[in-house]
Amino acid sequence: MANWVIRSRTIAHHLNKKMGLFGILNLSSWNSTSNSFHSSSSTMPLGDKHGRPHAIFGDSATHFAVRRFKSTEAERVSDTKFINQDGGDQALDFPGGKVEFTSEMNFISESADKRVPCYRVLDDNGELIVSNNFVQVRKEVAIKMYSDMVTLQMMDNIFYEAQRQGRISFYLTTLGEEAINIGSAAALSADDLVLPQYREPGPLMWRGFTLQEFANQCLGNKEDKGKARQMPIHYVSKKHNYFAVSSPIATQLPQAVGAAYSLKMEGKNACVATYIGDGGTSEGDFHAGMNFAAVLEAPIIFICRNNGWAISTPIEEQFRSDGIVVRGRAYGIRSIRVDGSDALAVLSAIRTAREMAISEQRPILVEALAYRVGHHSTSDDSTKYRSVNEIEYWKTARNPVNRFRKWIERNGWWSDKDETEHRSSVKKQLLQAIQIAEKTEKPSIEGLFSDVYDHLPSNLQEQEEQVRETIRRHPKDYPSDVPV
Amino acid sequence: MATIVGAATALSASKSFDSRKLHLPSRRSLSVSERKGSFLVVRSDGSVVHKAHRAQKLIANAVATKADSSAASTASKPGHELLLFEALREGLEEEMDRDPTVCVMGEDVGHYGGSYKVTKGLATKYGDLRVLDTPIAENSFTGMGIGAAMTGLRPIVEGMNMGFLLLAFNQISNNCGMLHYTSGGQFKIPIVIRGPGGVGRQLGAEHSQRLESYFQSIPGIQMVACSTPYNAKGLMKAAIRSENPVILFEHVLLYNLKERIPDEEYVCSLEEAEMVRPGEHVTILTYSRMRYHVMQAAKTLVNKGYDPEVIDIRSLKPFDLHTIGNSVKKTHRVLIVEECMRTGGIGASLTAAITENFNDYLDAPIICLSSQDVPTPYAGTLEEWTVVQPAQIVTAVEQLCQ
Repeated sequence: MANWVIRSRTIAHHLNKKMGLFGILNLSSWNSTSNSFHSSSSTMPLGDKHGRPHAIFGDSATHFAVRRFKSTEAERVSDTKFINQDGGDQALDFPGGKVEFTSEMNFISESADKRVPCYRVLDDNGELIVSNNFVQVRKEVAIKMYSDMVTLQMMDNIFYEAQRQGRISFYLTTLGEEAINIGSAAALSADDLVLPQYREPGPLMWRGFTLQEFANQCLGNKEDKGKARQMPIHYVSKKHNYFAVSSPIATQLPQAVGAAYSLKMEGKNACVATYIGDGGTSEGDFHAGMNFAAVLEAPIIFICRNNGWAISTPIEEQFRSDGIVVRGRAYGIRSIRVDGSDALAVLSAIRTAREMAISEQRPILVEALAYRVGHHSTSDDSTKYRSVNEIEYWKTARNPVNRFRKWIERNGWWSDKDETEHRSSVKKQLLQAIQIAEKTEKPSIEGLFSDVYDHLPSNLQEQEEQVRETIRRHPKDYPSDVPV
Repeated sequence: MATIVGAATALSASKSFDSRKLHLPSRRSLSVSERKGSFLVVRSDGSVVHKAHRAQKLIANAVATKADSSAASTASKPGHELLLFEALREGLEEEMDRDPTVCVMGEDVGHYGGSYKVTKGLATKYGDLRVLDTPIAENSFTGMGIGAAMTGLRPIVEGMNMGFLLLAFNQISNNCGMLHYTSGGQFKIPIVIRGPGGVGRQLGAEHSQRLESYFQSIPGIQMVACSTPYNAKGLMKAAIRSENPVILFEHVLLYNLKERIPDEEYVCSLEEAEMVRPGEHVTILTYSRMRYHVMQAAKTLVNKGYDPEVIDIRSLKPFDLHTIGNSVKKTHRVLIVEECMRTGGIGASLTAAITENFNDYLDAPIICLSSQDVPTPYAGTLEEWTVVQPAQIVTAVEQLCQ
């Protein structure tokens, strides 16, 4: 592209008229194809931080075989936003579009004057903050949200204890992040695909994964749908559209973009929701996943649980940006920061994000601020690197479950009696689930070799035979209660 | 340099003798009546039905292609001639026509048509969403392919050079190979990862890597290497249709090989080796570009009175020990010729597998010719010395057959 610099007014005026004409020509040709779902992106005013949702529905007549990107047209049109139409003479043409130039040398500050505010609906006492546009929640949904948050909290406490007693080998809790887990789950539909990191059993619980199934996975018995191949808390359930938890951090982010790509090809009325922690955003896969999602215009929601800690690394040592939300703009992704301890705020933001993601076919970044009340996992003792007072404060004064309880009680939807009944019922179910899971048989040897490929190849058949032969020869070395 | 040209002329000279008719049904035999016009059928188990002057005919057709058990390629249609990269594209296009869930992603595969033109024209035909240009992030677009595969698509991920896929090792090892297993069989990953690798013409160390060495240990994946337009198309189609993740290794120097392939549809088997030249004295196992060096050496060997059996192993993971074993049982001598490094290469694994399974049948220790454990140098002469040359192959065979 020519790098002509416009100096003289007369030339500028002449050239600008040409550019203007070019711009107008572009605008009209683009307008004629305004069926495309990109129409909304250029009607968004610059600097709209609030991301008000546009209820524009995309081109539904999508041919599965041939789908072209119309975004290159949108790029040319967006030039007209940046150039003074009154014949301003300060613009340069570069790959990527037109950019104004200035003779004042100004470095963009490394941080804004104020941090990005976070959106909240309920105050610390569970009272609705006035003048709010939030998603209204029906009584049944609110009750399910609260009871699932309590169930999640209790499951975490009891299974954690079970690990301490040596009944489970490993566990990690979501304490302090119940609102993010359940609030986001309630905001999504059953068709939305969830790609978790590992601290998000909420959507699975919301969608109907039973306590027994959770216990089976943690105990690694033969009833586990994952066939006991993964360590505890690495849940998977295709039936519930919940992809397998995979230990390496952030590998799910590009995969989530791929899943969103698949939904985009099908033109499905669903999106992908993928989760990541504050620490995970340092991984290379975060950068590329975000970048891809933006370029691909994928219907995906990136939900970042910024809980302040990555094992022992506090966020001051993880990054120097204002959290994760500011990175969205760097990739051209619309973002919002929410109070992660406020279940209603999380629900509202993600429900809205979902609508935008699907109707406008774009990625959305939601940063939910919270605090990791529990240790990183059962292999960690966080009192070694943070104060007990700090933990206690967040566990009590900023507890998301208590806050939501106050709100539903104020609405008359929940009572102390409901609380006691629910808690004692859940406790009983949990203890029973562990007991049953413990007594259930472990998977047999065949499970060691199946599913590596679709069919068992000859080399694996050989190796399986070798294992069986070894067990036959040395039965004393093989546990008697595990089927062969 | 001479080797590839030689091989190419050998291929194009096959017009007089239709090399497709030299077929080797590896597990099922075709009835004699189906083999119209063929003059030679050799079974990999050593049983032979042949006419006279076998040796002379074989030299002229050093690189014979074998028809796999699917279609009988003795049809009277003449077939069509094309280059290897065109064969890959043909296979890809046929599969994309056949199944709308097949899609392609990689750098410059869409509008540009691919660095080696394998995807040329496909974006125009299928749209630039289905043939997707990605930003430069191998780990991420491989991860994307895995996510798309788990969600029901059948993606083909192209690495511009196999060496760049080292950046994708995390996704390939930790997820691609594992997720079908760790999800208890709930999610499958029918992905194809392909790209050119191997030593080219002075491309430098980073662009000359043999990734099959590094990937071969990953559980849950399959690896195949193509070497002729015929098997390139067949393996591409088979890889796309497979429910398992498959890594298809192409070679930078083989893209312009020309061959006549059948018009009718065919698919090669992912787990089978290809009998290139049947023989009695020694089994030479090779794959990809080294096949041509071996066949060049074979010409010399035949002139010296040797009768080498050349097998293109094609399937790098798992090895086709059935075909290989039958050959070993016949010849009792094995020479492996590969481009991988000495340490930890495909040849190393193959040597171990053969020794373990067929030790009793060997009359001599297995000889494995590989590249040295050095990064591939840029200087032309140095580069030539890192790659096994036909003269070394001839010497090795002579040594084996003493």
